[in-house]
Parts: sequence; C-alpha cells; structure tokens
Amino acid sequence: MNHTELLKLLEKDCRATPDQLAAMLGEDTGTVRREISALEKDNVILGYNAMIDWDRTGEELVSALIEVRATPQRGEGFDRIAERVYQFEEVESMYLMSGAYDFAVTITGRTLREVASFVAARLSTIEGVTGTATHFILKKYKEKGVTFESQPVQEERMKYL
Amino acid sequence: MEFRDLIAEKVTALRPSGIRKFFDLLETMEGGISLGVGEPDFQTPWHIRDAGVYSLEKGFTKYTPNAGMMALRREISAYMRRRFGLDYDPDGQIIVTVGGSEGIDLSLRMLLEPGDEVIIPTPSFVCYGPLTVMAGGTPVYVETRQEDDFKLTPELLAGALTPKTKALILPYPCNPTGGIMERADLEAVAEILKDREIAVISDEIYAELSYGGKHCSPASIPGLKERTIVVNGFSKAFAMTGWRLGYLCAPRDAIAQMVKIHQFGIMSAPTVSQYAAIEAMKNGDRDIEAMRREYDHRRRFLVRGLREAGLDCYEPRGAFYVFPCIRSTGLSSDEFCERFLMSEKVAAIPGSAFGPGGEGFVRMCYAASMDDLTEALVRLKRFLKTL
Repeated sequence: MNHTELLKLLEKDCRATPDQLAAMLGEDTGTVRREISALEKDNVILGYNAMIDWDRTGEELVSALIEVRATPQRGEGFDRIAERVYQFEEVESMYLMSGAYDFAVTITGRTLREVASFVAARLSTIEGVTGTATHFILKKYKEKGVTFESQPVQEERMKYL
Repeated sequence: MEFRDLIAEKVTALRPSGIRKFFDLLETMEGGISLGVGEPDFQTPWHIRDAGVYSLEKGFTKYTPNAGMMALRREISAYMRRRFGLDYDPDGQIIVTVGGSEGIDLSLRMLLEPGDEVIIPTPSFVCYGPLTVMAGGTPVYVETRQEDDFKLTPELLAGALTPKTKALILPYPCNPTGGIMERADLEAVAEILKDREIAVISDEIYAELSYGGKHCSPASIPGLKERTIVVNGFSKAFAMTGWRLGYLCAPRDAIAQMVKIHQFGIMSAPTVSQYAAIEAMKNGDRDIEAMRREYDHRRRFLVRGLREAGLDCYEPRGAFYVFPCIRSTGLSSDEFCERFLMSEKVAAIPGSAFGPGGEGFVRMCYAASMDDLTEALVRLKRFLKTL
C-alpha cells in the first residue's frame, strides 16, 4: 500500500484506529496494521503525542527559543555538539539552521530562572558553543498545524437542506 | 383584508420542507449529531478570506458590472479550460451569479413559457421543481434507480420527452445519490436530443468532488455544448457557501438574456465575494485537491461502515453524500429518520425529500468530522439491532 496517505492521516490524528484507517484508505485492517508496525520499526513513525495547551491548565511553564552559535568540529561537523545538547531532558526541539546562527533550540522549564540557569550553566558551557541568545516565548498561536485559540463563536447557520 | 388572500397560488402551493421538524428537535438534544446539512465542514481557505478582507480594506464596496467583474470572468474562463477542457469567452459567455441557485433560477426563467416542461431526474436537490413552477413551467420528474447507478438512462429520458419539453436538468454529480454521468452516458443523451429544441441545464456544483475519475461536463460532448448552460459555483469546491457566489457558462444568446434578468433582480453579485473568488481561482487548485482527498477518506469510511451495518449502499462517485437503501428495515425513509433521531440523536434526511424514487433511501452527509461519523455508525448499528 501507499504509505504516504496513511502517514498523513496518522500525523493529523494518531488516535485513528487501524479499522478506521483501513476504511478511509480502502484497504483491509490487517494490511494497515502491518504497515504501521513496519513504519514504527523503521523509525518513520517515532511516537504518538497529544497536543496540549498548558496555558489552559494550572501549570506554570516557561518556554524559550535559544539561538546557539557553535564551532563545527573536525570530522563530525555540528552533530557531536548537537548530541551533547539535545540529550538534556529540558530540550524539546533542536534544529541545525542556515543563516546567522547554527542551532535553534527550544526548551521549557517551570520558571524563568530555571530556563536562564539551564542556558548559563549547561548550554553555554558545552565545548564548541560560542554564543547564545535566549528569546522567551510569550504566547503560542500555532504548533504543528494546530491553532491555540479560544472556542470559536457559534455562528447562525442554515440547518435544513 | 387577510394578507394570505393576496398571495399567489403557485407560491402557497409550494411544499414547505418536511424535514424541519427533525432539525428543530436535534437542536434541543444534548450530544446530537447532524449528518443533515449539505455544506462543507471546512472553513474557506485563509488566502481566499484574506483576499476578501483586503478588498474591504481597499474600500472596494461598490456594485460591479452586472455580469460580474471582468477579472473574475477571465479567471473563470481559464479555470473552465484548465479543469474541464471547456472554452468560454469571458466577454459574453459567462455571468457571475449569487450562488449556483440563482444560476438555476435564471436559466429556467430565461427559458420557460407557460406550459413548458422541464425534465428533472430524481432523487435530486430540492430546488429544481419549485423553481420550474415559479418560472411558469411544469416539472416532469424521472425516477433514476440504484441498479442504474442513479444515471439518467436513454430509456428514461426518451420516455419523458414530449413536444412540450423545453429543458432537461442534469444534476450530476448528484445530491443526494452520489451518481454521476460518464462520457458514454452523456453521448447517449446527445443522441436522443439531436434535432430537438431542448436546452440542457447542467448543475455541476459538485464537479470538483468526483472520486475515481475526472468530472465530464455535458458541455464537452458534441451535440450538447450549443444547448447547455453550465451551472457552477464556489460553495462546494472552495468551501465558500456563505459567500453566495456562482456562475453560468452558456452560449452567447443565453447569457445576454440572463444578464437582463439578473440585472433587474440582483444588480450584481457581492463585490467582496468576487474579489475572494478571483484569489480562489488563481491559487485554489491545491485547496480543492486537499478537501477532495479528505472527503474521499470519509466517503470510503462511511460506505464501508454502512455495509458492515448491513445496509445496501451504493458507492457514491461524486458530491459528499451517501444514500443507503433502508428498505430491508421495513420502515419508510421518514419513519427511519424519525426513529433514528429520537432513539440515537442522529439526524439524516429521508430520501423521500428528494422527489420520486427517493423513498426507501436515506441521505447522510459526510462533510462531518471523523469523530462524528464514527460515533454515528456506532449508533446506527445499535439502532438497527432494535428494529
């Protein structure tokens, strides 16, 4: 089967059951089940996460986007440095960038101080890291195609045909 | 004086929609699911909405030319060529209307003299008969059948023709059946209409929602183009129902006369909508594909679910409805829908609402979320067990 469509459906809603996915794609359930297992095994599907708007919970969390500049190392480029950064649990995402800086790192902590001390004590002390700039995230509007917004206003709509 | 005595008889004789009661009931129910309304559940893509907003910011709030903005008609012309291989001159063969519905109304009012007959294949959308009557004509309903894939067969068409036949409505892809007419089916229609003075009104509002093959317009068939008025619009293809914008493509003589009627009754279609529509036609092909893919997933899901539940269900080839046969339950379509709603809080529409041939079927719209469709199927299976 063509797994692109399957992956797109799962990316949009990973709760969809093999039965549902099979019906939507016109395949049988067994085939879909096997395909998903294979994609998991090949690390194409890496996980199944819920999108949560923590601002709507009592939880106080602080997120920051950190620009990191680094000196690539002989034979290993940026990967060795990246590895030493992304293994910290606090790091949510990390990308190698083109342009003015090298890595974009997002981290989340409980307080401003926690985030700041992570950058000062852990991140900037890593060998090869030559500078950082920390931008605190004030508000999330959209992530992975999902909008963080209040309930839409109920429209008056045609009800009949 | 009683005002009701002033009202024209043909208006009071119009049958009100018999399904209102269902939906009023549904509104009062907690946890109800509506598979009733035939409307995309997508929002108009933002780049299209943005073009509308921008036009307002610029202060483009005046009437447009009666036939619609030339910039939009040019885009429609290019779109018809690109998507359906049809050639229409923006200057004289296209008019922008207030939805496809106005397009159908204009076509009928332009064509009909008292007593003229209009052939309407059913089950089909509810407006054709009433609009025919309002325009002074007489509807001649032709029942299509599931065993013919709800097509208008040459036999059915030939059997409905009389010397008074003025127009044939081709409502394909069809709401509510999901039936389509393929090239060979349309060629057979062309053969029968040859040498007759009969217009074709082809309602192609669902053309972009065709599954497993491209839509074939009657206007692409030799012998039909010169007699065909193509009705189309933005509502279904671009999820723009509330913008109220459609268009007609037709021979020059037809457009010239319809522009007059439109000019007196409407003036011009909404200006903000026309600006948004230009953007839709320029940069909206990808939106069409994305929405069609989603509808297609839900279509397959619902058909399989209905069949698993034990209902005989034609696999729809277009639009966004399934039309399962419920005769096996022993209920009329009206009873089925009422009991389904009362016991399981799911609203579907009885096939009988769509004219002759609709009894014994139920229309369910799959322009709904997968969660709702899944839950509706669970409830349907439970409901069928109680019968």
